[in-house]
Formats: sequence, structure tokens, C-alpha cells
Amino acid sequence: MANTYFTEDHEWLRVEGGVATVGITDYAQEQLGDLVFVELPEIGRKLAKGDTAVVVESVKAASDVYAPVDGEITEANTSLSSDPSLVNSAATGDGWLWKMKLSNASQLDSLMDEAAYKAHIG
Amino acid sequence: MTGEHTKHLSLEDLHNAAGARFGAFAGWSMPLTYPAGVMKEHLHTREHAGLFDISHMKLFEVGGPSAAALLNRACPLDAGALEISQSKYTFFLNEAAGIIDDLIVTRLGDHRFMVVANAGNATEDEKHVRALAADFDAKVEPLDRVFLAIQGPEAWAALSRAGIETGSLLFMHGVEPRQHWFMSRSGYTGEDGFEIGLPEADARDLVGRLLQDDRVQWIGLAARDSLRLEAGLCLHGQDLTAEIDPASAGLMWAIPKELRASGHFIGADALRSILERGSSQKRVGLKPDGRQPVRAGAALVDADGNAAGHVTSGGFGPSTGHPVAMGYVDNALAKPGNRLFADVRGTRIPIEVTSLPFTPHRYRKG
Repeated sequence: MANTYFTEDHEWLRVEGGVATVGITDYAQEQLGDLVFVELPEIGRKLAKGDTAVVVESVKAASDVYAPVDGEITEANTSLSSDPSLVNSAATGDGWLWKMKLSNASQLDSLMDEAAYKAHIG
Repeated sequence: MTGEHTKHLSLEDLHNAAGARFGAFAGWSMPLTYPAGVMKEHLHTREHAGLFDISHMKLFEVGGPSAAALLNRACPLDAGALEISQSKYTFFLNEAAGIIDDLIVTRLGDHRFMVVANAGNATEDEKHVRALAADFDAKVEPLDRVFLAIQGPEAWAALSRAGIETGSLLFMHGVEPRQHWFMSRSGYTGEDGFEIGLPEADARDLVGRLLQDDRVQWIGLAARDSLRLEAGLCLHGQDLTAEIDPASAGLMWAIPKELRASGHFIGADALRSILERGSSQKRVGLKPDGRQPVRAGAALVDADGNAAGHVTSGGFGPSTGHPVAMGYVDNALAKPGNRLFADVRGTRIPIEVTSLPFTPHRYRKG
């Protein structure tokens, strides 16, 4: 059974078997507007919580997406190379950004569940 | 967050009702996008008609027996040679021929001119031209107007349905169709279109009528920027600054030939010596390979890694379907087809020097 977590930086994580699929929330994609490019991470890259993992670029601006927890990149969503607008149309589904193997699962405890995140964005 | 000195549009309630997302620009809280989003807003303008609230820009009326002489001093312009209703793109230059602001001057009457200036420079522009006016028999009056732009191939038809006939008005001409109205066939999107300065009550009425037409949609500042960038038009503060002269900016077409030799405008001597020795850098279009946008501030290098220039505006062109940019490169490298590299967060993106605009202008010239 997958558990979904949310961060204050408007990311979501779906965790299954020690691997988190990470994306930005629908609220975040709405704030960013139409995405035209996603700079994907390299497989095998080790990230500490707070490192820039991905850069998403809208027509107007580039925005960093941070690693919400420590871990190692295991997969990047390469379908975004040809269709970055998937992040807009399906932020929490086909528009996922990367998968990472967690190196410190206890960090998940400090993240929000869906109800807390909804309260966070008001 | 917006600061306490942030200025608000008088039609802000209408933008709120339309679902606008606001952001700060040049001291104003401006609608950046509406629910359709920048991509659709941009394409809608190129296909139909986009309605923009550009009231952050400033209208000045310059009048009096020496109004033309004042403008001839302030700008590299022969104001007296303009026909009534003719508009001209020009600049305020400093003594070093740096561009203080770019503007459009329209002759309204024998001794009356309308000056449209940029939001970010409005205060400085007013101070500058008022100080100059002390030596002339001329008066500078900032006007309190809502300023709307309606742009796109269906702009004229939408205005007509809203009861505003644009008839024989041609590109770069402006008239006063009603009391306290100023309407010019101009804009900053590369499309046919109009800019209308008018009192708030009239503006509310006009906006209401225009938005009843399916061809017309509110368009935010984000799409205004991508439209003007595709059209190769400069944004003051980015592509033009007080450190950049019209020759380097590739805008000498805006300065009549006789004035280059004999004009007495501020900056004339400096501009003449720049023209004699040649400018070291030139403004060019830049097309990055691939899909990754290259944005303002990115450094440009040649194949050997030598500094070649920098990007002053960059983003994604919704109509071109690829990233678009402009910037300044060393004169020797300014040839279309020349290959350079842009540094984006440490990655070298191949980028090609191109001519401008990226999308052809579709002005109604005759």
C-alpha cells in the first residue's frame, strides 16, 4: 500500500517499498503556469533534502524543485522531455518528476498528509 | 507580497473578477495571467483579439508654441515634420546617447503632442522632460487615463462591434476620437492592434462591450512579454537601458538620417562619435537548440569559451514552438547563422544568432 506525503514546497511523494515517486502538486503547477521544459536529474545522483533535483521552466520563469528527503535518483520521467505539459495536465499522475530510493525513511515523519497539506494551501 | 507603495490599476476589480493572477511589475500590481494561462492567451492574441490593461504606462500631453522644439531637444526626432495624427517611435537619450526610455510620440495638433512612456521610467521621464521644458514655451501634462491595448487580427472588428470605428487609421497613427480619448493603431505584440487611453468610466463601458465578443479575451503581462519577444521588440530595463545607445540596439531606423548628422537633441554628439567608431556590441535574435529556454542574464560564449555577449530577454515562444531570446553579442559575431553557446546553470546550450522578429509583423500599414 502506497503512502502519499506532501511538503510545504508543494511537492508530493508516493512511497512504496522504500522508493518515493516525486512530483509537484496541482496547486504548484497552477501557480507556475504552462510548463515548456523540465530539466530532469541524472539516474544515480545522490541528493540531500533541500538539494535542487529538477528545474521546471514555464514560459516566463525557471523554478527549482527540491529533494523533499535524502536519497538516490532511480528514475526520471523521460516522457516530460517531449511533453512537459503533462505536469500541468496530470501533476499527481503522469506528470511525476522522478523516483528516488530513500536513505532515511524517518524524514517522512516530518511531512504532511493530504489533509494537512490542504489546510496549508488554504 | 506587494509593498505599501505598490500602485493598483483602477480596473483591478475587473481583473479579479476575471480570475487574474497578479504580480509586481515596475511598481505596479499587474495581472500576469488569467485562468486560460499564458500559452493560450498568447495564441489567442495571434489568432483573434487580446485585451490588455496597460494603464501602468504613462500618457503625457506636451503642448505649447515650442512643444515641437522641446521634443526635438529631448528626442532624436523632427517633431515638426510629423503630420497630424502621425506617430513615431523614439527615445529620451542622455548626454552619452544612452536610452533613458523608449517612447511613442504622436502629433495631435499644430502644437500638441502625445507621449506614451514606459511604466518603470514614468517618474524619471516626467522629471526629465519637465526640467527641459523650463527652457521652452511648452507645458508637460501627465494624463490620468485607463490605457487599454486590443491586439490581434480581429481587434479592429471587435472594436467595430463595440461601437468604435477605426476606419482609415493606419499603423503608427493616433487620433482623439472622443473627449479625453487617445486611440492609436499600434501595440507591442507584432499584430495589428490599437492602444486606447480613456477616462475610467468610459473604459469600464468599453471593456464590458468588448468582452461580450467571444473573439476578445483578457491577456496578462506574461503573454504580453512572450508576444513582444517573438516580435523582436525591446523591453526597456532589459534590452534597452541608459547604458545602451540606439546604434548598438539596432534602432537607428528610428532616427531620421538628417538628424544623425545635424540634430541638436541631447546625446547627439555622443551618438555621432559612436557611429563614427562603430559600436562594439549589437542586439541580435537568439534561437536556442532544443526546448530549454535561455533567459535574461545568461552569458554567451563562442566555441572556444571566449566571452561573446549576454542574453537580455529570453523565454519560450508559444507561436514559434521553440525557445526564443535576444541579447547583445560582439559585433564580429552578430551575423545570423553564427553559432554560440549560452551558459544555463553551468550547462552549455548551443544557440544560434538569428534575425528578428521570430514571428512576422502583421501591421496594417495601408
